[in-house]
Amino acid sequence: MSVNEKIVADLVNNGIEFVTTVPCKQLAGVIDEIDRCDAIYHIPANKEDEGMGLCAGASMGGKRSAIIMQNTAIGVTINTLVTLIQYYHIPLPMLISYRGELGEPVACQVEMAVHTKALLAQLNIPTYHFHAAADVNELDTILKHCFMSKKPVAILTDASFWKGA
Amino acid sequence: MIRSEVLKSIIPVISEQLVVCNIGLPSQELHMLDDQPSNFYMLGTMGLSSSIGLGLALAQREQVIAIDGDGSVLTNFGTLPTIANNVADNYILLIIDNGSYGSTGDQPTYAGLKTSLTEVARACGCENVVECKAEDTAEALQRALASKQMTIIVCKCESGNIKVPVIDMDPVVIKHRFMQEVRARNEQ
Repeated sequence: MSVNEKIVADLVNNGIEFVTTVPCKQLAGVIDEIDRCDAIYHIPANKEDEGMGLCAGASMGGKRSAIIMQNTAIGVTINTLVTLIQYYHIPLPMLISYRGELGEPVACQVEMAVHTKALLAQLNIPTYHFHAAADVNELDTILKHCFMSKKPVAILTDASFWKGA
Repeated sequence: MIRSEVLKSIIPVISEQLVVCNIGLPSQELHMLDDQPSNFYMLGTMGLSSSIGLGLALAQREQVIAIDGDGSVLTNFGTLPTIANNVADNYILLIIDNGSYGSTGDQPTYAGLKTSLTEVARACGCENVVECKAEDTAEALQRALASKQMTIIVCKCESGNIKVPVIDMDPVVIKHRFMQEVRARNEQ
């Protein structure tokens, strides 16, 4: 089973039926896998805060939802995370491409990488960092924790993780 | 007619429906006029009423009316292509277009100047886009509900506000009773 298949299988096994995405090069494989998965309604969003609105609506309609996005989106979505997702206690797994870490070819990505964990910590968002290929084995437990606690949860996946995967 | 009068005129049509209502005065006015467990009030997050409504419509089978404003749609313009390309025939987006940011002091929006949200929605690929005068909104909504087709209604009304109390319900209570209502209706 590839890492992309494993991630999507964990989403499905945790009852996630609605996934919104804003693409990143590192996430291309998992987004393709989401598209291939009949159990998931995939709705690409134009901006990550829009995607979180879609997820909030689906969640209130009884469907577990998740968002797949790049870490630059943390800068875009702080207001939505605080005043919608956290304020209304909406569970939201966020599978995040952690750009700007070791192996990054684009200097500008580092500018957001240096703020990513600090922002998530400031927002009291439980944050998990996948660096080694085996870290993906924790995804199932993280998803269960997210729906149990009804919180947004960040899963940062860096270049080393995707390289080793 | 101003927005609060439009809302009053559509209460007989929307009272029994699942409604997602925009932040600020629209939610406060709806809450004051006709508080229902089937209403989801946004207390923050400008721009996302249409997105929350679409997610809700795609996730379950009951009809959903998302009430939005011209300023909020302008804030979240990306919503219109997403709506157009993810057709949910149980979804109605009602844009109350008073050409101003009503909750912040009636500053003019571009929708009140050169930009037509009706034409933008059509250009984005939305198939059933209806522009109506304020006094025809209830009828347009009734027609959209009966058609069982995804519809965008742009209601052109006047700018202006009434005094209305803030909503003091806790967000989790708003969500909980709304979700119970959604679940009960889908179980019937």
